Amino acid sequence: MSAGEAVYVRPRPAFVLSDRVANSILAAGAASVVGLAVLLGVVLSLGAAPALSKFGAGFLVGKTWDPVAEHFGALPFIYGTLASSFLALLMAVPVGLGAAIFLAEVLPQWLARPIAFMIELLAAVPSVVYGMWGVFVAVPAIARVEEFIGQRWGHIPLFSGPPIGIGMLAAGVILAIMVLPFIASISREAILAVPRAQAEAALALGATKWETIRGPLLRYARKGILGGIVLALGRALGETMAVTMVIGNVPQISVSLFQSGYTMSAVLANEFAEATGRIHTAALVEIALVLLVLTVLVNAFARLLIWGTAAHAGEERV
Amino acid sequence: MRYETVRRVTNVASLAFCGLLAATAVLPLVLVLYHVVRNGASALNLDFFTKLPVPIGESGGGMANALVGSLLLIGAASLVGVPVGVIAGFFLARQLSGRFAFWVRFAADVLSGVPSIVVGVVAYELIVVPMKGFSALSGALALALIMIPTVVRTTEEMVKLVPYTLYEAALAVGAPEWRATVFVFLRGARAGIITGIMLAMARIAGETAPLLFTAFNNQFWSVSLTQPISSLPVQIFNYAMSPYDEWHRLAWAACLVLVVLVLGMSVITRMVTRGKYEIIQ
Repeated sequence: MSAGEAVYVRPRPAFVLSDRVANSILAAGAASVVGLAVLLGVVLSLGAAPALSKFGAGFLVGKTWDPVAEHFGALPFIYGTLASSFLALLMAVPVGLGAAIFLAEVLPQWLARPIAFMIELLAAVPSVVYGMWGVFVAVPAIARVEEFIGQRWGHIPLFSGPPIGIGMLAAGVILAIMVLPFIASISREAILAVPRAQAEAALALGATKWETIRGPLLRYARKGILGGIVLALGRALGETMAVTMVIGNVPQISVSLFQSGYTMSAVLANEFAEATGRIHTAALVEIALVLLVLTVLVNAFARLLIWGTAAHAGEERV
Repeated sequence: MRYETVRRVTNVASLAFCGLLAATAVLPLVLVLYHVVRNGASALNLDFFTKLPVPIGESGGGMANALVGSLLLIGAASLVGVPVGVIAGFFLARQLSGRFAFWVRFAADVLSGVPSIVVGVVAYELIVVPMKGFSALSGALALALIMIPTVVRTTEEMVKLVPYTLYEAALAVGAPEWRATVFVFLRGARAGIITGIMLAMARIAGETAPLLFTAFNNQFWSVSLTQPISSLPVQIFNYAMSPYDEWHRLAWAACLVLVVLVLGMSVITRMVTRGKYEIIQ
């Protein structure tokens, strides 16, 4: 081999082998994550099979849940899950979006960042702690509010029922607190990711700060904001402990905010460990399956929206 | 009033209203922390960490078995969840595109969105049913499933932060790919990966729903993987829903321990990674 000559050095066979082993270990780890996701769906489908074949589509629209007579309809739980989640979004979206606007556009970033972090910390508090706080602090306070409203507007169906604090309203409030950080944090990032030129163009035309936010900024960030809201919805749908502790756990469908309700996750938490008989267990597993399908669809939609905005984000700001 | 004035007033009023909403958003954290600290601190004493639960009617007692149970569950879950999560995260960091990488990323996202109680049902079907009884093992598996997506995501992000040129340098001096991977990427991202793992552990420490019908509960000492085992969050749930003031006090104390653990980890992680790691992914 003479100096200066370009030489192709073939990798040593030992290298090729060790790299191949290392790469297959990585691929196996990655494949097991996919495998686990598939496993979830398969296990639940198999477990729910007896209920699926016995009740068919009637399971989703049936209103009676009677483990003794082995008659199972999941509508009250589906309604409770959707209603409590919707109620939570109704409260969390305005607060979260307003906070996001304030933190992204009004406060200087050195001050906004720690506050945004505090709001994010709400997402780290365990669900059962919210439940505890809900039962002993929020529910008595909500009971007083319900009493006040009930005395004046009790004839309106929305506000009828006993003002005991426990019920749909309490579940909505606790859920709103729990999903708030998702809306606030993701909306803030979406607003921060809007190209500066968009805002400057509006300001140059004489728009006030608020007009700039309401017009170009929110319009540009709407996909990301919507993504945050949908992600929050996904969390609210599956939230278990805090809801179980404050919603009252009565399988009924009522328009009143003060009445008790029941959610899919709550009935699993309360009944699964003591399920009697094969059909009861299968019916509960089918509820878990419905919950899985619902949350996977909602989350996939959220990811689609957020990934879309992340593609043209990245502009750093001070 | 002149149109200009209306616009100016609207501007100030709207921005001030947003400020009010921001204050409202911070309020729940302050309230929850205030009540947990106030109620928890008065109930927290040495007995909480060293004594077993006592029967109804007797005062005192602690949650020593639940503390040990939680640690055991977290440890066992990590034995499964950490290797799988770190390896898959490494795979994703090196394999940015491609159909397989897309599905792995999608699966990790799906897993992170699955309600924890649904994971509990799956662990029940997979382990409790064949073993014909509640066990710490089934609880640990459920928690492992919950921690995997978090570990995958943090590992991927942290490995991506290591400059690729360092890896190329290692290859250039003759290291095989796997050694370059281990000594450049793993060493470079070590601190970030470890904090990510700790954060995932803190997160599963607060999980209640998947344990209700897997690890179940146990009023006695148990460190056996095949027996039901007590854990802090399940104990909080049971005590909170009981009608006894003494049990409520203990539940608040346990809440304080959990909150300090989980929030402390989140704050430390934030400081160590200097804000690069977001709680909300």
